[in-house]
Amino acid sequence: MIRVELRKLARRPRTWAALVLIDLLPTVVAVLLAVTHIGPRPGQGPAFLSAVLANGALFSVAALAIVLPLFLPVAVAVIAAESIAGEAQIGTLRYLLIRPVSRLRLLVAKQIAVFAFVLVSVILVAGTGFLVGSAILGHDASTPATSIVSVSGSTLSSTQIAIRTVLAVGYVGLSMLGVAALAILLSTMTDSPLSAALGSLAFLVGSSLLLTLDAARAIKPYLPTRYWLSFIDIFRDPILWRNVERGLLLQLVYVAVFLGAAWANFSSKDVTS
Amino acid sequence: MTGAGKSTVISTNGLTKRFGSVAAVDHVDLNVREGDIYGFLGANGSGKTTTVRMLLGLVLATSGQIDVLGERMPANARSVLPHVGALVEGPAAYVHLSARRNLSLLDASGPNSKRPDRSARVDDALEQVGLGGVGRKHVRAFSLGMRQRLGLAAALLNGPRLLVLDEPTNGLDPQGIHEIRQLLQELSRRGTTIFLSSHLLSEVEVLCTRIGVLDRGRLVLEDEIAHLRAPTGRTFVRTSDPALAVRVLDGRVAEQRHDELVVSGGDPALINAQLVSAGVRVSELAAERHSLEDIILAHTRAGSDRVGGPT
Repeated sequence: MIRVELRKLARRPRTWAALVLIDLLPTVVAVLLAVTHIGPRPGQGPAFLSAVLANGALFSVAALAIVLPLFLPVAVAVIAAESIAGEAQIGTLRYLLIRPVSRLRLLVAKQIAVFAFVLVSVILVAGTGFLVGSAILGHDASTPATSIVSVSGSTLSSTQIAIRTVLAVGYVGLSMLGVAALAILLSTMTDSPLSAALGSLAFLVGSSLLLTLDAARAIKPYLPTRYWLSFIDIFRDPILWRNVERGLLLQLVYVAVFLGAAWANFSSKDVTS
Repeated sequence: MTGAGKSTVISTNGLTKRFGSVAAVDHVDLNVREGDIYGFLGANGSGKTTTVRMLLGLVLATSGQIDVLGERMPANARSVLPHVGALVEGPAAYVHLSARRNLSLLDASGPNSKRPDRSARVDDALEQVGLGGVGRKHVRAFSLGMRQRLGLAAALLNGPRLLVLDEPTNGLDPQGIHEIRQLLQELSRRGTTIFLSSHLLSEVEVLCTRIGVLDRGRLVLEDEIAHLRAPTGRTFVRTSDPALAVRVLDGRVAEQRHDELVVSGGDPALINAQLVSAGVRVSELAAERHSLEDIILAHTRAGSDRVGGPT
């Protein structure tokens, strides 16, 4: 069943459109930077962007930072919201269930397919970022091409950078799982994928908004987007694990709660679509 | 046909589904036997589709029991449903994929479906419903009738022992309807039990061996068609000399409307001989049978999607 769901996802034009769009934005940013050489001043704009003019290889990380706040979660929410509601909307859900596919198997297969999409999109963004960055962004003569300055100011070797980029890719991917799980939960509640996608986005927007509010300090550590940008800490020297660990734990709790609720709802639901 | 010695394929006991305070299906006791072509009739909103969905485990019953192919549903869905093919409330498919790909994905989704003969199974199902030539075309380009056939193909994919079909000829042209009817009759001859939910009386009349009639969630009638449609013992006569006929038949005319008479009692052949020898010109004469429509109207109330005030 998992293979079937992956095949379905891979054969949907929408999947590829989403991947292309996610990749397009960082590419456009890279081209603009390369053409104009106007980078944001350090400390402003998306993380790492100020550094990529000096070292194009770092653009894979910058690309992640560019798509992380909005593009990536939107794509993930749209794809995950399709999972059950999409089948319900076109009527194929009933035919799957009377095949029979057990409801648990269907839900798990959908989750795995969505998680696979998250993983592929994150890797693709980082990969494209690396290639585009290396190809068109400069190598600053003042730093050796094989090393790079970490966020903390010390120098990292390219091996260290490679390892840390892989870690960052993994962290960003896991950060998206909370959104994915919420969209899947909403997807079991409605027959409209659009409502499920918008519902999960509303949750994210709400979370981001509360993060800017001082009065919300007490609940901030529990907001799903709180630790998203903590992947930057992976590029400190030494790696600052504290927020990364908290971010991972938080995402896992969200995933467990949302998927548990999705199962509770779906297992006893009347399928009338 | 009698029910003796045939095993039960679908049986429900006190099957009830409530949506809030409304009982959509109310203590329904269905009994479908092996080899039946069972016509499940009812007006729109009478609970047909909800019942079908409960039989297949899509909707969970509020109370009551369901046995399909001798096993309790939905608890044993895993062992029952592989032997059941169904078309529920119209076909559904991924329109960006071809008919073949759709069936092949569906086949791969099911339990214990063996990959080596998948392609043969898919071809066979498409061939049976007359879509052999368009298997590679995207479903997006399919007409309503073709989609309906594809839905049927999906139902036939398992080589099911029981077919549950909800309005299977919806969207088909007269030729298509005839073709599908022949297919169903052929499947029935080969031993498939068919549960056909419909509101088209004519379709049920020509195809089915038994019917069950649902009215506002209750099963108001379940019987053999042959039994229901048996001669009533009266004779229908159309004649251009009605006054003369009434005199000849001497008080045996039960009803008269213009040139149509209903004669009670007696052998139609005898009545005919009597009339003709008396010089009455008979243009039509037959043993009276109730039409399915009369039978159903007698058992049901006004269309249940009519929403009136309290009665």
